[in-house]
Amino acid sequence: MSTQERETGRQIRCLIAKVGLDGHDRGAHVISRAFRDAGFEVIYSGLHRAPDEIVQAAVQEDVDVLGISILSGAHNTLVPKIVDGLKEYDAFEDTLILVGGIIPDDDREDLLEMGVGAVFGPGTPMEETIEFVRENVHDRE
Amino acid sequence: MTVTGTESSLVDDLLDGKHRALARVITKIENRSPGYRDIVSALHTHTGTADVIGITGSPGAGKSTLVDKLAKSYRDRDETVGVIAVDPSSPYTGGAVLGDRIRMASNVGDMDVFFRSMSARGTLGGLSTATADAVKALDAFGKDKVIIETVGAGQNEVDIVKTADTVCVLVQPGSGDDVQMLKAGILEIGDVFVVNKADMDGAERTVAELEEMIHMRENPAAGLDTGHHGPVDEEEMAEVALDEEDEEAWDARVVETVATDATGVDELIDTLGDHADWLHETGRIDERARTRYAEEIRQLVRADTAGLLEDVIESRGGIEALADRVLARETDPYTVADELVEPVRECVRERDGDEDD
Repeated sequence: MSTQERETGRQIRCLIAKVGLDGHDRGAHVISRAFRDAGFEVIYSGLHRAPDEIVQAAVQEDVDVLGISILSGAHNTLVPKIVDGLKEYDAFEDTLILVGGIIPDDDREDLLEMGVGAVFGPGTPMEETIEFVRENVHDRE
Repeated sequence: MTVTGTESSLVDDLLDGKHRALARVITKIENRSPGYRDIVSALHTHTGTADVIGITGSPGAGKSTLVDKLAKSYRDRDETVGVIAVDPSSPYTGGAVLGDRIRMASNVGDMDVFFRSMSARGTLGGLSTATADAVKALDAFGKDKVIIETVGAGQNEVDIVKTADTVCVLVQPGSGDDVQMLKAGILEIGDVFVVNKADMDGAERTVAELEEMIHMRENPAAGLDTGHHGPVDEEEMAEVALDEEDEEAWDARVVETVATDATGVDELIDTLGDHADWLHETGRIDERARTRYAEEIRQLVRADTAGLLEDVIESRGGIEALADRVLARETDPYTVADELVEPVRECVRERDGDEDD
């Protein structure tokens, strides 16, 4: 991308969020860096965030993509709270939500139904995730 | 300018206090999306009430932590806060990791602290315009205090802090000897200097060095034996110096803080308040704003004319074709520039002529 394009074009903004109690954020760091190298603007939330905090950050930063990293197994309680929070601020419609981490197959369907764009398990190639973001980021006027 | 459709409702929503609209407006400003100019124009009449504070300093000086504590203290005083944190972006990919949000722990869940990360997006000069416009959005939204936080490393950052009413430079102890202090041009722009991490070794020395530097700045000739035969005794000399000094001048202050435990934050807030009062009492606030708007108009006009001239260049076959002609010694850069600007010059002349008639 040339400087010219960058000045006039739209930049994909992402929030990489660690929600809940799990204290392992190596994956979140790796994805943040990969997204940065892909030319995205990445905001990393830091560890141990509550759903409210993630909603606050996603709304204020007006991100196109919200990547939630969860390894603790608490996705069934945490993700719905975030989805509801985004809806409350009219931010749900144009935010692409991704969930990464350890998610049992049975739960995947529920998350996707809830409005999550994709669930990426361990070992997903980085290119696949980046490509998915590029293709599925919501159009804005 | 008139606002229509989506832009108009965005402006209304922002003025109504909807966070989503504020966030979206700032995005449009950052992206230079179509219609962003109309939005900023429409917001202008609603601005001018926020105190704008610029905070800069080298990486690791503790800016984000201090901003977090400042925001918290302002909230405790029932004032609302907007923060814009500017981080560098990769010159190669345009990507960026905007990490300051992590340190905003004291204001979690408090929507009345509106924190927004901005990346430099590799633009020269454009960033300060975008930042200034984002400040306007926060101001129009009704924030009492707007804090701009940026890493102080070069000209770009100096430009950004120029958009602030009060400039606060953060220094950490032992960040350099007095030569560093002399060469760091950014020290010249500070209204308030904060020695953060004041519990560290060397804090006292850093404070002393800063005080000395400020003293020298106020009176560049002080202590210099110029060899002139002036007033004879020292007392008389001091009196003369006092008379010459502008009584209304702001004496830059040095404040010590330990941002991690909020030590000194109240004192810093008082000092920032003193500076704001001084700005209003002396009328400097308007003076600064006038300078800012003048610069803003210049920048916009430059950008717009540059855009017009790009079109002229395109219509003459593009910049590379022109460069090739210069390379072949068919013409020279000055002649080319003259030819390119000529149509614009003609238009201006024609218009001025019409007005004279």
